[in-house]
Amino acid sequence: MTKYIIRRLLAIIPLLLAVSILSFAVMYFAPGDPLMTMTDRRGVDDLSPEEEAYLRHQMGLDAPVYVQYLRWLGNMLRGNMGYSLISRRPVAQIIGERILNTLRLSVIGLVITLAIALPLGVLSARYQNSLFDQTVSVMTFIGFSLPSFWLALMLINIFAVGQRWLPAGGMAPLQDIAETAEGRFLQTARYYILPVATSVILNIGGWLRYQRASMLEALHEDYVRTARAKGLPESIVFFRHAWRNALLPVITWLGFSLSSLVNGSFLIETVFAWPGMGRLGIQSIFQRDYPVIMAVTMLSSILLVSGNLLADILYAVADPRIRYD
Amino acid sequence: MTDELESALPRVQQVSSMHRAKMPSQLAIARFMRHKVAVWGLFILTILIIAAVFAPVLAPYDPAAIDLSAGGEPTPPTFDHPFGTDNLGRDYFSRALYGARVSMAVGFVAMGIAIGTGTLIGAVAGYSGGLVDSLIMRFTDIMICFPSFFLILIVQTLLKPNILNVMAVIGLTGWMGPARLVRAEVLSVRERDYVLAATALGGSWARILFRHIVPNVLGSVIVAASLRVPSAILAESGLSFLGLGVQPPQASWGNMLQEARIYMGSAWWIVFFPGLLIALTVTSFNFVGDGLRDALDPQTLC
Repeated sequence: MTKYIIRRLLAIIPLLLAVSILSFAVMYFAPGDPLMTMTDRRGVDDLSPEEEAYLRHQMGLDAPVYVQYLRWLGNMLRGNMGYSLISRRPVAQIIGERILNTLRLSVIGLVITLAIALPLGVLSARYQNSLFDQTVSVMTFIGFSLPSFWLALMLINIFAVGQRWLPAGGMAPLQDIAETAEGRFLQTARYYILPVATSVILNIGGWLRYQRASMLEALHEDYVRTARAKGLPESIVFFRHAWRNALLPVITWLGFSLSSLVNGSFLIETVFAWPGMGRLGIQSIFQRDYPVIMAVTMLSSILLVSGNLLADILYAVADPRIRYD
Repeated sequence: MTDELESALPRVQQVSSMHRAKMPSQLAIARFMRHKVAVWGLFILTILIIAAVFAPVLAPYDPAAIDLSAGGEPTPPTFDHPFGTDNLGRDYFSRALYGARVSMAVGFVAMGIAIGTGTLIGAVAGYSGGLVDSLIMRFTDIMICFPSFFLILIVQTLLKPNILNVMAVIGLTGWMGPARLVRAEVLSVRERDYVLAATALGGSWARILFRHIVPNVLGSVIVAASLRVPSAILAESGLSFLGLGVQPPQASWGNMLQEARIYMGSAWWIVFFPGLLIALTVTSFNFVGDGLRDALDPQTLC
């Protein structure tokens, strides 16, 4: 197992290098460069050729592309992600804040999603092809077919604009009106309801179908038949024999969703003006903030591959029948 | 005793002839028709596709005709304008019909690019094996590492946002899944006896691949294709919503929602109809895809 993990980790390194070279190349060959982005931002348009050459040299933009890439790589490996061209703050610091904001939203969303999706999936499997199963199945299909930003807009339309029950966006009130800590909590919680509801509605379907399929598979296993033949009560067969085994694939699926948990959703965060990773990604692309784009891309790729590895490891840890050699 | 046998005989013959008459394709159709929701999805899709194809005939107004008599404000649905009008007084129903053409075209063309590329790459990798296979699959792994919507966004900001680029970019970021699927299927199919027979008979490399192997992995490719269209439609709508997709005055369901945020409280129809159409189309495609999976790939039935 340890050998397997080490081998997989080693395989990740060339993969990430390739991803970084590709993304660096895309940025490099894109029209415009960081200097232009910066000067445009500050309304400086009359740089003399000497000044421009000096700044280019200062920023290392006059070096050949592979030198620029190696410099960037060296900094990255030493944990220096550079500075945002727009806000001049360290990229690591910006990303640190944004990740926290996204995690708040996505972890709450995930917990609620699982709390609804898993029992419904188990029940759907128990009463396979019943009216209940079919209704749930149609609802889940509709759920993951909705355009995320549209669902968000409709919820805002109904609950924030139409009824003014909930705030339409943002993460917290601009100033605290509540006096007590409890009041402040309730006040902030209102900002979470709509974005969390959006992600729960969109994600329930996938988890539910997954749990239903794994449960159906478990119910057809020999050990379930044996347990029934022994005369065990159906509830024990169902929960202790079938469900516990049907949870294994669900646990591994958590590994695959690691990257989406940290990266958040571009569209949902944009609609709700939620200052998370997804919105940072979109903003940095629109502003051509190259160091931020590179950092966000690399982070997503790292999370994606390590999430996949984590899923495989979790699978082996949770299920002793699985062996990697 | 003999009577019983004789009376049973025609029944047996009837049953066996029924079985003989059923081709695999007929069985597949029968299985699909049993999936009621999938049939409904197909029905709704047919209507939507007909509406998209005949948009110029069906649209009551010119989708780009501007009418500022309402003072630059959207007007609510009436008998004349079933979906209301937008802020420029353009008939929203006509725009939605023309938007259907654009959204469907993007969905189908992007699917074609993704599935075509993926099938070709996966088939070549799976059939050649060895170094070619590992090179191709490593490249696929790298491409999968990019968060796809992010990649689409980056490329779209660098390219001119127009309908052709949208199709190309969505298509070219979606081939990795189909490629892996086809490769896995080809790996199993190429070990079958009929492939061995074809090789023994001296069939050429290309003939064996495209005549014997590809047709046998077609089932899963069709299922993948039917699920790729709705995801491309969703990607287009997201891109257009951010202003990086199909550009106005050409209508797409996504760019109709671009200005929706401004009119959220005052004009619900601006937000409601385009999104409803996207949701309806995507749901129908997903149902049809599910039905096709049951019909073409009975192993996954459970």
